[in-house]
Amino acid sequence: MPTFVHTEKCDGCKGGEVTVCMYICPNDLMKLDVEGEFTGHAMKAFNQEPDQCWECLCCAKHCPQQAIELRPFADWAPMGGTAIPLRTDQAIMWTIKFRDGELKRFKFPARTTPVGSIDPYGNKPEPGDLDSELLFTESELPNVNPALKG
Amino acid sequence: MSEPSFGNPEIVEIETDILIVGGGMAACGAAYEAKRWAGDDVKITLVDKAAMDRSGAVAQGLSAINTYIGENDIEDYVRMVHADLMGITRDDLVYDVGRHVDDSVHLFEEWGLPIWKTLDDGTRVDGATWQKKGGKMLKDGGKPVRSGRWQIMINGESYKVIVAEAAKKALGMENIYERVFIIKYLLDANEPNRIAGAIGFSNREHKLYIFKANAILNVCGGAVNIFRPRTTGEGMGRVWYPVWNAGSTYAMAAEVGAELTMMENRFVPTRFKDGYGPVGAWFLLFKSKAQNGFGEDYIVKNAEMLKDFSPYDEAAVVPTCLRNHAMLKEMKDGRGPIYMDTPTALKELSETLTPKEVAHLEAEAWEDFLDMCIGQASLWACLNIRPEKDKSELMPTEPYLLGSHSGCSGIWASGPSDLNGQPDHYHWGYNRMTTVKGLFTAGDGVGASGHKFSSGSHAEGRIAGKSMVRFVRDHKDFKPSFKESTDELVELIYRPVRNFLEHKDKTTAIDINPNYITPRMFQMRLQKIMDEYVAGVATYYQTNKTLLEEGLKYLTMLKEDAVKMRAKDLHELLRAWENYHRVWAAEAHLRHILFREETRYPGFYYRADYPGLDEENWHCFVNSRYNPETGEWELKKVEWVPLVEHSTGFKPSA
Ligand SMILES: Cc1cc2nc3c(=O)[nH]c(=O)nc-3n(C[C@H](O)[C@H](O)[C@H](O)COP(=O)(O)OP(=O)(O)OC[C@H]3O[C@@H](n4cnc5c(N)ncnc54)[C@H](O)[C@@H]3O)c2cc1C
Ligand code: SF4
Ligand code: SF4
Repeated sequence: MPTFVHTEKCDGCKGGEVTVCMYICPNDLMKLDVEGEFTGHAMKAFNQEPDQCWECLCCAKHCPQQAIELRPFADWAPMGGTAIPLRTDQAIMWTIKFRDGELKRFKFPARTTPVGSIDPYGNKPEPGDLDSELLFTESELPNVNPALKG
Repeated sequence: MSEPSFGNPEIVEIETDILIVGGGMAACGAAYEAKRWAGDDVKITLVDKAAMDRSGAVAQGLSAINTYIGENDIEDYVRMVHADLMGITRDDLVYDVGRHVDDSVHLFEEWGLPIWKTLDDGTRVDGATWQKKGGKMLKDGGKPVRSGRWQIMINGESYKVIVAEAAKKALGMENIYERVFIIKYLLDANEPNRIAGAIGFSNREHKLYIFKANAILNVCGGAVNIFRPRTTGEGMGRVWYPVWNAGSTYAMAAEVGAELTMMENRFVPTRFKDGYGPVGAWFLLFKSKAQNGFGEDYIVKNAEMLKDFSPYDEAAVVPTCLRNHAMLKEMKDGRGPIYMDTPTALKELSETLTPKEVAHLEAEAWEDFLDMCIGQASLWACLNIRPEKDKSELMPTEPYLLGSHSGCSGIWASGPSDLNGQPDHYHWGYNRMTTVKGLFTAGDGVGASGHKFSSGSHAEGRIAGKSMVRFVRDHKDFKPSFKESTDELVELIYRPVRNFLEHKDKTTAIDINPNYITPRMFQMRLQKIMDEYVAGVATYYQTNKTLLEEGLKYLTMLKEDAVKMRAKDLHELLRAWENYHRVWAAEAHLRHILFREETRYPGFYYRADYPGLDEENWHCFVNSRYNPETGEWELKKVEWVPLVEHSTGFKPSA
């Protein structure tokens, strides 16, 4: 089920250093057509291998222009249904449109702390004994009860 | 040197103490833990084929953390894993994950992952609301919302982004290479069976990478798309496990001679048909039931048939493969389709709820898909399916190989050293080290365990991360060196590109050329072989010795043709090497199925020539090793030893 890019919304990430969709797609599918040689639309992105798309919508969630949408796969899905995300740092909003036109909207939290605020080792214990099985945040570990061994 | 270009890449050589290959849950755990122990003395480098924020199986998000021990007994967790995987698991590895996993979950919550809570007044709230209401964090006794005994519900859209942020900060971006695909590990030139490095390429820049390392963590996830998927045409990428996990973990370990274990195991999840939407929350949280086309509960109906697989049919939760077995019986006998009866479940739940709670319940049901399987939500929208009104079809998927979800294929790894009463063949050195010195693994890579899921994979990555720092401390003087020259390595990595450049103009259409094969056709050939000979969906998951031997012939020819794959650009170079890894994973799977003369996992696959379970002869691990010196595979039985008493995991038999 491939993604597609709205021609008029995509601005090629303004020719910046990082093309967001291209950077983020875990399957290397989104591609910026720099010269327009693949699509006829220079400096716009497209899905270069639509039948390998996992429909994860990582691209759509992160596109700064909301230019990317998903069209469920044409070889099976009846036309007209969509699920469109609008993601902020703290939450995600979904609009579900049914084939028969009904709309549903949902909003779910995505994160309880500000983006970039993680301090990996702040307030954490110093590492202890490298030869023990303890992880650095742990102070004791259970062991298998020998009495139960069958 | 001239500006690097396609066909004329730059060679980048990097030396590091620890190399983490992969950027998924296990890799993030390893980076976080290892860096803390390593301090500034030990150099740690991480390589991911994608962008860590959205790489691996959690890219899309998840709606549940499937392993959180909490109030449970770790030994019961060991029993559950053992029973679900039909009795052949490494108790030591499972126990080890069990005792560390909650710590990872507590970190996730601290970092910002919203976890649903049950407040003191009994109300169920999402992972942001409890904060406002003054609820407690898990580590301080906050009560999670359990969808099952081991699972807790989350608002997990940004799960991977959060976990990656911690790992990236811990390591520093200057030590992380994204969009670099590793194709092979290299053994040391001087010391036998000793890891020394890895090679790969960037699929963004014209750069080939040669890494020298003292220790390597091999955590590239499971294997997807080695079987022909049920989806067709444009839908082929919509499979259950992420299409981009190409079996690199198993392939690269096998190629350097690491012992694999239980590669005959596979996972064939039953999911919502065509969208592959998760069923866990429907079964466990909403108490929904599955039925055949005539409205019958097929597990109850076929209980007698499942007794052939005693005692596993008596497990507290009927093992996943046995549930499939009962379902396949209905399908084969023409009593499909199989349905999830969502309307009845929601109706029963809403009888005790207020309208506001019903609306909340509906949102929860949709969130389950939207957090981790958006494709299913859009498919329901296309089909006008509303779960409160319409039942939905279920279908068992094509097979996947994985070691962290409800499967146990993978690499034979050394266990922890402190557990009471474990046999010598369960631990021979550093925790989570493979049989190749210096090569470690975790998550989907560790075989014969399973049911670690996202949290357990992170925790296992941490275990391996610490263990590697110890290894590096103990082997400070090691100087990696390769048998192969840099030129040879470059030619190896780049061969698909050379194939293309050399032959492309010999025909007028670049895709049809007698001198090379496109990675795409190569993948289709593999999928057809596996589907038809190695118990894919085409044969209702059946195979036998003759079919397997026939399949191996075709697979061998395919593997020979791997050197003829072409790459017309960097994207295709990625596909070429992914498919090379898929063939190796597939071959290991085939050889293991051929070796194990019984049907251990009915519902996942059937050896039609050995249709029964044979506890007497086959209650053991099957391990294999490809010998890099001779090119031969060796397979053997390995003794299974329990560490906890297992009979209490099964109901007393009647
Ligand atoms: C559909 C689905 C639903 C799931 N549901 C749940 C759930 O509800 N709850 C839960 O707890 N768990 C769930 N899981 C399981 C969980 O996602 C996995 O257990 C976990 O992600 C495994 O971790 P890993 O590190 O082994 O692999 P992954 O997280 O998959 O990471 C693999 C990494 O390797 C990289 N890589 C691959 N090949 C190469 C290469 N050759 N070179 C360099 N890098 C490479 C990838 O880019 C990725 O970064 C689900 C998984 C899936 C797919
Ligand atoms: S992220 Fe959006 S705006 Fe940027 S190139 Fe991709 S589609 Fe265009
Ligand atoms: S939906 Fe996922 S797989 Fe498809 S193009 Fe977008 S990011 Fe890539």
